[in-house]
Amino acid sequence: MSNSPSSRGRFGIHGGQYIPETLMNAVIELEEAYNRYKDDSSFNAELTDLLNNYAGRPSLLYFAANMTADLGGAKVYLKREDLNHTGAHKINNVLGQALLAKRMGKTRLIAETGAGQHGVATATAAALMGMECLVYMGVEDMERQALNVYRMRLLGAEVRGVSAGTGTLKDAVSETFREWTNRIDDTHYCLGSVMGPHPFPTIVRDFQAVISREARAQILEAEGRLPDAVLACVGGGSNAIGSFYHFIGDEGVRLIGCEAAGRGIDTWETAATMNTGKLGIFHGMKSYFCQDEYGQIAPVYSISAGLDYPGVGPEHAWLHDTGRAEYVPVTDEEAVSAFEYLSRTEGVIPAIESAHAVAHAIKLAPTMRPDQSIIVTLSGRGDKDVAAIARYRGEDLHE
Amino acid sequence: MSSIKDAFAHNDNGKAFIAFVTAGDPSLDVTEELVIAMAEEGVDLIELGIPFSDPTAEGTVIQDANLRALAQGVTTDDVFDMVERVRGRGCSVPMVFMTYANVVFSYGIERFAKRERQVGMQGIILPDVPFEEKAEFAEPFAAEGLELVSLIAPTSAERIGAIAREAQGFVYCVSSLGVTGVRNQITTDIGAMVKLVRTANPDVPVAVGFGISTPEQAARMAALSDGAIVGSAIIKLIAQHGEGCVEPVRAYVRTMVEAVRTA
Repeated sequence: MSNSPSSRGRFGIHGGQYIPETLMNAVIELEEAYNRYKDDSSFNAELTDLLNNYAGRPSLLYFAANMTADLGGAKVYLKREDLNHTGAHKINNVLGQALLAKRMGKTRLIAETGAGQHGVATATAAALMGMECLVYMGVEDMERQALNVYRMRLLGAEVRGVSAGTGTLKDAVSETFREWTNRIDDTHYCLGSVMGPHPFPTIVRDFQAVISREARAQILEAEGRLPDAVLACVGGGSNAIGSFYHFIGDEGVRLIGCEAAGRGIDTWETAATMNTGKLGIFHGMKSYFCQDEYGQIAPVYSISAGLDYPGVGPEHAWLHDTGRAEYVPVTDEEAVSAFEYLSRTEGVIPAIESAHAVAHAIKLAPTMRPDQSIIVTLSGRGDKDVAAIARYRGEDLHE
Repeated sequence: MSSIKDAFAHNDNGKAFIAFVTAGDPSLDVTEELVIAMAEEGVDLIELGIPFSDPTAEGTVIQDANLRALAQGVTTDDVFDMVERVRGRGCSVPMVFMTYANVVFSYGIERFAKRERQVGMQGIILPDVPFEEKAEFAEPFAAEGLELVSLIAPTSAERIGAIAREAQGFVYCVSSLGVTGVRNQITTDIGAMVKLVRTANPDVPVAVGFGISTPEQAARMAALSDGAIVGSAIIKLIAQHGEGCVEPVRAYVRTMVEAVRTA
């Protein structure tokens, strides 16, 4: 594959392994295990069985007829990752990593979570496979996503609040790395996005690539041709890279990542890394980060806890550099409007993260011809967000 | 100006006591006085932390010190200026920076190294730059005559040889798994790690850090190696005493210097 990372996981100048020495042998061991199992037929048979018979794959590619008619342009297809078990794309990666961890003899999974979807997926896989599970979550996010905290505990996981820094996703990632340096022997860090040190961006990308593998076949079946654009939201970037991957070689397909602009890219309250960040080194990788002139990581903001991260995966940084993918900012207000629009128009309540991609589709589709098509990845379902959106609109729900 | 090597040649027994403070905690003026006081007490090498918003290798004590310094508005340039003032007062104790890759990278590695040499520092420790990634940093620092200190950890195993062979200044031996912070016990076989370093590179000193707080621990670690590094225990005193921390820190490092010299 042309976009396999070079040695030590470089995508162009991005990626690498900027981590404490204490963790180096752990990531080397992980890379060796991954290289051993990624083409192993019994490993892949077991993973496929779990994806199909436990997680509910393949996910639907749904033609959004009402939305298409309403927008009056390109046909809009929704890749329904929200229909997966646990309600988001996160399960694709987690089942792969949990299986890999088991083959490596690990008995304990640790993970960070933002919106709680990755934490819930990890807790689910741990329950299924009889592993111990510890999830770190920013205290701010525990407040925003209280339902997911309870779900994780229900699944038998321990959830530890992180109050350091901004109490959000970046702090949860830092704390999970700290815990990993503390206990490596029996523990796998089940990283939730295409970020961190090599080999995580590659492993997570490969496990999420199932999204575009299916979508490419499904759109060819439905339309007899490739789509004109693929849209997905980008925080760290795992559902987006999974949605893009098998289309990267198809030059006529525009790849559009939708970043969380928060209150706008001209304000400080944003998490749009590609649009406002600069090159840096953090959380194990060289990539783009929101930061000040002295390299202090910015306290980013988005209404979406899952996109509220100051960096972006190194493969996205590379796709941005080469111009193969575009990254557009979407504000809170646009995302909330899209959340409401899709609910009303199609009877599908998207995750607020995914609503960022829907928002851009609402702008893009009318500019295109009716013989063109776009795929929008619905990375997750929006049940978890209903209370927060109600609050945003000035209503206080008592759950 | 003295070198990192001088720090280990300073005492009769060849052992060094190395102290860490975060620049700007509780203020840069106090850091300046702390450095002078620690040098007066015979601290052989000072690690000066440049604060970073997300210090992933640190426990809560040093994390908090970083945040306190940043809350003061301390910048990398302010830290350089403070070092210039320390050197201007005739204090020649060997000093290295300890910070994170992004602090250096965002400043411009060459620009950072040049300014670091100008203000009279001797080297740098970057805990998130392992052996595999070090060339990008080590080369611009070497061009300015500055040394990039390498770390080894209890998990390093067969990596120790390669790290030691290319080591500059001294090898920072991380005593325990986990992040920085005071520990009651250090259970790693430090002697075995030191032996692997010395076999690969007999010329580079090895100092042990992470978890050391008492004179007994410092003496034991220095006896097994070439020096003991203390950070969190000093930062705790600074947090406890605030602006009035200089004398308590002075008294504390005096006992630690004494313990290491007689190790």
